[in-house]
Amino acid sequence: MPPEMVLQLRRVSKDFATQRAVANVSLEIPRGAFFSLLGPSGCGKTTILRMVAGFETPTSGEIWLNGQRIDALPPYQRNVNTVFQSYALFPHLTVQGNIEFGLRHRPVKGSDDFAKGSDDFNRVADVLKQVRLEAKASRRPSELSGGERQRVALARAIILRPDVLLLDEPLSALDPQLRKQVRGELRDLQRRVGVTFLFVTHDQEEALSMSDQIAVMNAGALEQVGTPREIYARPRTRFVADFLGAMNWIDGVGVRPEAVYITPEGRKAVVTGVTYLGSFCHIAMALESGETIHAQVAPGLAYTAGQTVCFTWNREDEVRL
Amino acid sequence: MKLRNPFLAPTAILMAITMLAPLAIIVVYSLLTRGAYGGVELPWTIENFTRLWDPVYGVIFVRSFWIAAVATALCLVLGFPLAMFIARSGPRKNLYLSLVILPFWTSFLIRTYAWMFLLRDTGIVNSILQALRIIREPLPLLYNDGAVILGLVYGFLPFMVLPLYATLERLDPSLLEAAADLGARPWDTLVRVTLPLCAPGIRAGAILVFVPCLGTYLTSDLLGGSKTVLIGNLVQNQFTASRDWPFGASLSLALMAIAMVLLFAARRRGEELL
Repeated sequence: MPPEMVLQLRRVSKDFATQRAVANVSLEIPRGAFFSLLGPSGCGKTTILRMVAGFETPTSGEIWLNGQRIDALPPYQRNVNTVFQSYALFPHLTVQGNIEFGLRHRPVKGSDDFAKGSDDFNRVADVLKQVRLEAKASRRPSELSGGERQRVALARAIILRPDVLLLDEPLSALDPQLRKQVRGELRDLQRRVGVTFLFVTHDQEEALSMSDQIAVMNAGALEQVGTPREIYARPRTRFVADFLGAMNWIDGVGVRPEAVYITPEGRKAVVTGVTYLGSFCHIAMALESGETIHAQVAPGLAYTAGQTVCFTWNREDEVRL
Repeated sequence: MKLRNPFLAPTAILMAITMLAPLAIIVVYSLLTRGAYGGVELPWTIENFTRLWDPVYGVIFVRSFWIAAVATALCLVLGFPLAMFIARSGPRKNLYLSLVILPFWTSFLIRTYAWMFLLRDTGIVNSILQALRIIREPLPLLYNDGAVILGLVYGFLPFMVLPLYATLERLDPSLLEAAADLGARPWDTLVRVTLPLCAPGIRAGAILVFVPCLGTYLTSDLLGGSKTVLIGNLVQNQFTASRDWPFGASLSLALMAIAMVLLFAARRRGEELL
């Protein structure tokens, strides 16, 4: 295994009683990367995460972590940690108790691991500071806000310095305003601590804005792996093209709505709907063939339904499959 | 008036008649003098309570507590794995739960007699062991503390299993995954996550088993023979053979008082009983 790949999945499949959840997936995750698994619910992305964590055993295939095959090891022997979708904080422990939980199972020198000034004591203090929870160290999870709980879940995992941190839709329980803010924080934290993130999400905007690399999944299989730019601008399958933002299909090529221009000359279409969205305007147009084309235009331009317009696009913005 | 009040009334009246009235009678009896042929007579006295301090009765109280405590501990040790097994057996949960409460379909008295048939010198266990030539003389299985504890554990195990099951069933499985994820081996997860989160069920089960075990007289009478006198048998004797109703009443009150103290001690701050 090349040393820069911290995690490898080799032809991994997982069958449940009635269905194949993961079908022959091979993945390589570079050390230090923010790597996202993106796909609709039920596409197998969470099953992959659970197999890496050790909660599920692959039906076939191999999982390698840092040059060691781990797919048969129990979760407590794998140097990966998970941020659960529900956070799974221990309700009977304080914030500090939750964060210290994993440290107590590590082989530690001497018995005074939590003595003031000891290595572990400093680590807890340091992590509490990183997630800005110093003031809440003695609170119970039930006394925290959603965002604070998410940060405890994160702190509890990163304090163990895992080879890979597994995040299972960690933002989905937050309200939309907070979610956008936390995206940036999470990305900053990942850069700062340098831990490899394997991030599972069904939100394409989330994946695009945070990831170094994205693997798009559909129906248990891998569709495409690449940087956000590659995935968005050069999708290799119809599924990837449609899943990452809207796509117009004209004459067999795909054109994103933001690449469609209204011009004096070009193809004719009739405006069927105009939606004002503040920073831009979304218009829907009908071709003579009956197909609908979507376009994003500047908000200052006034179009009305029923109006005939012409549109065009640049050839380099075309997506060809 | 709220709708629930008229529906609660029958229960309230029943409780008053069957709980409070007998309790009041016991209090009155405990302060009277014994009649020559049972029953109670005037004058009023507190002698029935001063007699409680006789060391003879102290020994019986301590023995009763010891046996009830051992039976409760055994119920917990046996009941916890069973409750956990049931809580994790998916669609077969209800089947197993009904098996746990199946013994309630027969009277406790009959089930205790059944143990006598199993354990006595000419009983099934000794007969089989003798027929197999494993033993020559019958083993003294009946009429000792062990037989009493066995009978209590058998009889009260469901009262431990049901509250334990109720808490284990509600336990979020992702918490156990999180513990394993953070490096906890199965035993650590049990001690540091499962048991603390099941504390309310453990307390409820312990109370439901300990209190009736403390007052038992049937099990100790049938399986313990004359050698095992527990508080319950002592109380029973006062009302039958000894014909000392006032002292029987004061013994019952002492037992009740101690049980109440223990219940409040077992209650944690800010937590409901059971």
